[in-house]
Amino acid sequence: MPILEGEGVTKHFGGLAAVSNVDFNVDQGEVVGLIGPNGAGKTTLFNLISGALVPNEGAIRFNGQNITGATPHKICKMGVARTFQSVRVFPNMPAFENVLLGSLFGCSTGMSSAAAAREATDLLEFVGLSAVRGTPAKDLTLGNQKRVEVARALATKPELLLLDELMAGLNATEVAEAMELVTRIREEGTTIFMIEHVMKAIMSVCDRIMVLHHGEKIAEGTPEEIAASKTVIEVYLGE
Amino acid sequence: MTKVWVPGLLLIILVLLAALPLRSTEYTVVLVATILMFIILTVSWVIFSGSTGYLSLAPAAFFGVGIYTSAVLGMDLPLPVVVCIGGLASSCLALVVGAVTLRLRGIYFAIFTFGLVELIKNFVLWWEIQRTGTRGRFVVLVDNSTIYYVMLAILVVTLLTAYFIRRSRYGLALQSIGEDEHAAAHAGINVTALKIATFAISAIFMGAAGAIYAMQLTYIDPFISFNLNYSFLPVLMAIFGGMGQLYGPILGAAVFAYLREVLITEFPYHYMLILGIVLLIAILFLPNGLVGLIQRARRRAFGGQHANT
Repeated sequence: MPILEGEGVTKHFGGLAAVSNVDFNVDQGEVVGLIGPNGAGKTTLFNLISGALVPNEGAIRFNGQNITGATPHKICKMGVARTFQSVRVFPNMPAFENVLLGSLFGCSTGMSSAAAAREATDLLEFVGLSAVRGTPAKDLTLGNQKRVEVARALATKPELLLLDELMAGLNATEVAEAMELVTRIREEGTTIFMIEHVMKAIMSVCDRIMVLHHGEKIAEGTPEEIAASKTVIEVYLGE
Repeated sequence: MTKVWVPGLLLIILVLLAALPLRSTEYTVVLVATILMFIILTVSWVIFSGSTGYLSLAPAAFFGVGIYTSAVLGMDLPLPVVVCIGGLASSCLALVVGAVTLRLRGIYFAIFTFGLVELIKNFVLWWEIQRTGTRGRFVVLVDNSTIYYVMLAILVVTLLTAYFIRRSRYGLALQSIGEDEHAAAHAGINVTALKIATFAISAIFMGAAGAIYAMQLTYIDPFISFNLNYSFLPVLMAIFGGMGQLYGPILGAAVFAYLREVLITEFPYHYMLILGIVLLIAILFLPNGLVGLIQRARRRAFGGQHANT
C-alpha cells in the first residue's frame, strides 16, 4: 500500500512549470530515489510534499489522507519529516537542542520533557554524534551538521523521511557513513524518499528510482532499469 | 550548585525594593518607579523580539493603549481593574496586529510596527477632534508609592513570565524561529501561532505599565501617549544590556534609565548628546552589551577556564 501518493502535481513559478503534472507513489518500507539534472524540480517536489509550497494543481495524499496545501508543522506531525539541500540546523543551538526540538514539537502524540530528552540522546547516539552533543551546530563539520538534521527529522518520529541531497558536499568516507545511516534508518522501519546526485549511493540503497527533467517525470524503475534507460542517459549526457 | 545564591539575592533585592518607599524621598520613589517601568518595557520587548529576531517597534503603541485605557476608565473603575484592562486591551491589539503582520519578515515587520504607532496616534487625535471635541484628557491622581508598588508588582509578573517562557519548550521554539523559521516549521512547530501568542503576551505588560504610568502624568494627549521614544528606548536598552541572558535587558534598562534621568537633571541641554555618545561607545566596544562585559571580566578572573569551544 502506498504511504505517499501524488496525482497530477503541478507547481508554476510565474510562467515556469517547476513541477508539471507529476504522478508518484512511495510504498511503505521502500527507499525511493529522486534524480534529475539541476533545476529539474526535485527540491520543489519535496517542498510541495512537506508543505513549504502549495501546488497549483493536483493532490498529494499521505496514508490515504489528503495533505495538499496543509501547513508544514501539520504535515510534520502527521509523520513526514525532511532535511534540506543546504543544511538548515539551528546554528547557535547545541546539537542536542536541535534534536530535542524535533522530539518536543514534531511528535503527534506529544511528549514529556524527560522523554523528549531521552529520545534526543538516543538519536544522537544513533547518528553517531554523542561526543559533540553540547557543541553549537554551527561549529560542526558539514557532515555532522547533516547528521544533526537527520536526527532532528527522526526525532519527530516520521513514517516517511524526505532526504534532500544528504550526501552532497561530503567526502568519500562521509558518503559511505551516510549510506550506512540510510540503511539503518530503513531497518528501523522508516520509509525513505531521497534526492541524490551521488549515483553510487542512489544505485546501491534505492529500491526504485524516479527521474525528473524540466519538471516532468521521464522515467521510473529499478536502479538497473534506470541505469540502462536510453532517455535517462540522454538527459544526463546529451544526445 | 553555583546558582543556589541567585534566588536568595533576588529575594533580597525584592525586599529592598519593597521597603524603598518607606524611607526615601518622593523623588527617589518616582525615579525608581520610572526605572522599573523601563525594565518592564525592555524585558517584555525581549520576550518576543529578543528570541525571534523580529524587530518590533510597537511598544509605544501598546504602552499608549495602556495610558489611554487609564485616562478613559481611571475615574470609574478601581485601579487594579484599570491596570488589568490596560494590559488586556494592548494584548488584544497585539493579537490583531500579529495575525495581520507576522507574515512579514525582517525590515518590513519593523516598518509596519513603526507605522502602527503613528497610525494609532493620528487615529486617536482625529477621534478626539471629530467626535469628542477634546484634545487630551486628565488622568485620575494616585499617590506615588501606590504607583511604585503596582509597577513593582507588574515587574515581578513580567520577570516570572519571561523566566518561565525562556526555560520552557516554547523558549527553545522561539529561539529556533529566530535562527531558522523555515526549519522550525518543518520540525513541527506551529510558528505562526507561537509568534502571535508570544507577541500578545509581551504586550500585556507594556499595556499594564502604561496604565499605571498614566496616573503619574495627570494629563495626557496622543502625543504624550504614543511617543515613539517608548518604542526605541526598550530596543536600545536591550542592546545596551545584551540579550543573551535574562539579566542583560534588566541591567541594560536599569543602568540606561538611571543614566538618562541623571543626565536630564544634570545636563538638561546636552543630555541627548551624552546619551548618544554612551550608546555609540556601547555598540562599538560592547558587542554583547553589559552582559558581554561581565562575562569577559569573569573569564579573566577565573583564568579562562570556560575556553572550551
